[in-house]
Amino acid sequence: MKNAAIHLENLSISYGKTPVVFDVDFWVAEGESFALVGESGSGKSTILKAISGLAPDWTGKISVLGKPRGHAPDREFAKVCQMVFQDPYGSLHPRKTVDDCLAEPLAVHGIGGRDTRVKDMLDAVGLDQRFRFRFPHQLSGGQRQRVAIARALMLEPRVMLLDEPTSALDVSVQAEILNLLKKLRREQGLTYLMVTHNLPVVSFLCDRMAVMRHGRVVEIAEVDALKTGRLSDSYSRELYAASGGTLQPA
Amino acid sequence: MSAPLLEIENLTVTFPTSRGPVDVVKGISFSLGRERLGIVGESGSGKSMTGRSILRLIRKPGRVTADRMTFDGIDLLSQSERQMRELRGARISMVMQDPKFSLNPVMTIGEQIGEALLTHKKLPRSELKARVLSMLEAVRINEPERVANLYPHEVSGGMGQRVMIAMMLIPEPDLLIADEPTSALDVSVQAQVLDIIDDLVTGKGMGLILISHDLNLVSRYCDRILVMNSGEIVETCKASDLNQATHPYTRGLLAAMPRMDENRDELPVLDRSTWTTGAGT
Ligand SMILES: Nc1ncnc2c1ncn2[C@@H]1O[C@H](COP(=O)(O)OP(=O)(O)OP(=O)(O)O)[C@@H](O)[C@H]1O
Ligand SMILES: Nc1ncnc2c1ncn2[C@@H]1O[C@H](COP(=O)(O)OP(=O)(O)OP(=O)(O)O)[C@@H](O)[C@H]1O
Ligand SMILES: [Mg+2]
Ligand SMILES: [Mg+2]
Repeated sequence: MKNAAIHLENLSISYGKTPVVFDVDFWVAEGESFALVGESGSGKSTILKAISGLAPDWTGKISVLGKPRGHAPDREFAKVCQMVFQDPYGSLHPRKTVDDCLAEPLAVHGIGGRDTRVKDMLDAVGLDQRFRFRFPHQLSGGQRQRVAIARALMLEPRVMLLDEPTSALDVSVQAEILNLLKKLRREQGLTYLMVTHNLPVVSFLCDRMAVMRHGRVVEIAEVDALKTGRLSDSYSRELYAASGGTLQPA
Repeated sequence: MSAPLLEIENLTVTFPTSRGPVDVVKGISFSLGRERLGIVGESGSGKSMTGRSILRLIRKPGRVTADRMTFDGIDLLSQSERQMRELRGARISMVMQDPKFSLNPVMTIGEQIGEALLTHKKLPRSELKARVLSMLEAVRINEPERVANLYPHEVSGGMGQRVMIAMMLIPEPDLLIADEPTSALDVSVQAQVLDIIDDLVTGKGMGLILISHDLNLVSRYCDRILVMNSGEIVETCKASDLNQATHPYTRGLLAAMPRMDENRDELPVLDRSTWTTGAGT
């Protein structure tokens, strides 16, 4: 896979003695948007954590933009690959304002023009400037999630790992974020690996998806198979039907 | 139907900001019987603040005022903090929007659910454990024995939500306020968990306030829906009529949802200028 932005081979992940992900194999092309869907607790977040160095207990191979990934967090890696966490409360520092949170990655990497960049980014994620000096607890759930997305975008990474980026958002803000993600991808060729349980979101933003259950990938499908209800695995079809889709023969 | 379970009149929630006090909930009124009420609305429109103020859980420097706020004949506004603590959990419980933040990080999942049960009912240890495990099973947790021994940071997002739901349901409250309770769940587990809540509403006469941004979900699981926008209720409708909603704001929300056979290049977003009533917050 020469042009793979992310390549996972035989990836198995555990927490201590508990294995939770088994033999996962897939690749995501540069500029592609790939979804990871499936059962709650099946290991989706764990895969993203392993790629970003936060779940060190894995075997197999992980490479990002052609470079094999080690087992520990890595600062240079953060510049090309950023993660948005599922739980925005946990990922935002309670005593840092929105402004600190967005300017900090720039400071760490010695990037200038911080004031303008922070302002522009707030606009981009649809947050009014009046939120700039607030603390996380002074924001609603959806506002916090937009801060988390904004922070990940500050370093202009090439690969984004997005864990349920819009599940805490109402549909209007979700639409704005999805449009933004699509635009960034079109203009800057970003690659997304996105966890979501919302199949229509996959239809809108993604090219392919992997369906997970009990720690394994049970199906990898093109988005067209999703749009037309022609998924083949029985669990994928169950998810599709539960989302209100009308099944067709695989 | 008898007297309503919950009556709210002219509820206002105010926060001081650098630009002076701001009302994030602006004098709303509604009542709830032993029914299922959905609250939908844009991010920041005041849904969580409305839910939290019923339990008097608005943190300082926020301030809550209302002309009337009664639950089953009890005047919530005049209850002491100690009396409120007795109501919370036992008779009114709330599933918070950030489950992991609301769980105790140094207690295992099993201990927390057990404690929620014990505060309202004395049980022998062995029976307690059995009840905890059966509750975890009821919210569709695989391997309940293993999960009961995990700490909150060791469970997935959707598992955390289900643990929170289990904790809030185990004392069988009269009123459940559920703030985005299933936003991290895959659709098939989501349906199963909402069915459990539904059984309590129909079987035990529990009242439900379901706060969610998922319009399909509220129209399926609620009887009535309130639509909020910048601190106000802009529309009330029967859940089954949500698709025929008339307020431009509600119509905008419906249009912004992607569809399974989505082919649009861009999703329509709300044109806030047409209906915004003010600066909001
Ligand atoms: N720090 C940890 N220690 C031990 N086990 C963990 C830890 N984090 C996650 N797990 C376990 O790993 C499994 C997979 O969790 P993961 O968070 O990857 O699921 P998920 O697919 O993202 O689910 P969801 O859709 O609910 O977020 C779960 O059984 C969970 O209990
Ligand atoms: N401590 C605070 N100081 C000032 N404003 C606050 C504070 N806490 C919350 N707010 C504001 O109150 C408004 C209502 O918040 P609330 O949490 O009720 O929104 P919500 O409708 O639940 O949104 P979401 O769907 O994003 O969860 C928001 O605009 C938020 O920024
Ligand atoms: Mg997860
Ligand atoms: Mg909220």
